[in-house]
Amino acid sequence: MNKKKYTVALAGNPNTGKSTLFNVLTGLRQHTGNWPGKTVIHAEGFFTYKNEEYQIIDLPGTYSLYSNSADEEVARDFIIFGKPDVTLVVLDATALERNLNLALQVLEMTDRVIVCLNLMDEARKKGMIIDTANLSKKLGVPVVPLAARNKEGIEELLETIARMVHGEIKTTPLAVSYSRAIEEKITKLLPLVKEVVGEEYPARWVALRLLDGDTSLLHALQHHRHHFFREGSAHACHCAKSI
Amino acid sequence: MARAKLARLSDAKPGERFRITKLEIEGTMKRRLLDLGFVPGSEITVLQKSPLGDPTAYRVSYTTIALRKEESDHIYGERIGNE
Ligand SMILES: Nc1nc2c(ncn2[C@@H]2O[C@H](COP(=O)(O)OP(=O)(O)OP(=O)(O)O)[C@@H](O)[C@H]2O)c(=O)[nH]1
Ligand SMILES: [Mg+2]
Repeated sequence: MNKKKYTVALAGNPNTGKSTLFNVLTGLRQHTGNWPGKTVIHAEGFFTYKNEEYQIIDLPGTYSLYSNSADEEVARDFIIFGKPDVTLVVLDATALERNLNLALQVLEMTDRVIVCLNLMDEARKKGMIIDTANLSKKLGVPVVPLAARNKEGIEELLETIARMVHGEIKTTPLAVSYSRAIEEKITKLLPLVKEVVGEEYPARWVALRLLDGDTSLLHALQHHRHHFFREGSAHACHCAKSI
Repeated sequence: MARAKLARLSDAKPGERFRITKLEIEGTMKRRLLDLGFVPGSEITVLQKSPLGDPTAYRVSYTTIALRKEESDHIYGERIGNE
């Protein structure tokens, strides 16, 4: 059996069924614990698909990855520093307008994303019809409809995860474009960010965080990569302010 | 353009609907309010105040979110009557 273990992270708004999906997936091989109610610290489990091992991390539900609550930091840090092979963004199919905010934020952070449209049974009950193919085209990543509680859509999800970790899916994540003023600042900042953080972190996203004055990210970067702070980040921070 | 003075979301009463025009605030709290769905153009329903009058529960894009007065004070828009 292949020794390489892939990592899958579960992100999404509160109450969208992340833990339910986590339990369904890990239940396929072993039950690592039931996590009812609100997830606070992340839970880890394992599953096997087509003879390959996957580690799966259940992140706390958040509406955003920007506002610096402890939950949001846990989720953000795992996506940025944990570098999961795939991030599943679990959306409530009955409240897409609200849920897509977080999906767009994750797409700025990583291109290895699968959007899970969960609670499709509820959406159907409400008479909602979702054009998943079109949504997938617009977001630039796979979209898989699910009803995790009824174990619906799990096989397609597993197959999509497997294809993504093997590099068989090319994604083109939708990049939110900002006002001209902000885009100009990003353009100025990008070379500097790339110089300091290298290829390891998503440069455009880091530039945006710097422009936002996101000190919590800087602290996290300092914590995770000492040499980021040697001289570079103070400089980057200063430049972000002066830009 | 003659326009009625904008109301604060914190002034709206339970049962009323409210359309957001702008957020008069910057920084982290603005970001948080936007992420929770309090974006210009969106329609909010005031659900109920807690027994002590604060926080107040709102219906915003299919989810119930509670805000404190110190937050809803910064949200301006039009009161568009009862449901
Ligand atoms: N109808 C329906 N209900 C679901 C589905 N998936 C999950 N649920 C229910 O939705 C509720 C929330 O599920 P959780 O798995 O705890 O949600 P979560 O995203 O982990 O929530 P947080 O950890 O608080 O962010 C539970 O009552 C689940 O039974 C689904 O596909 N259909
Ligand atoms: Mg959970």
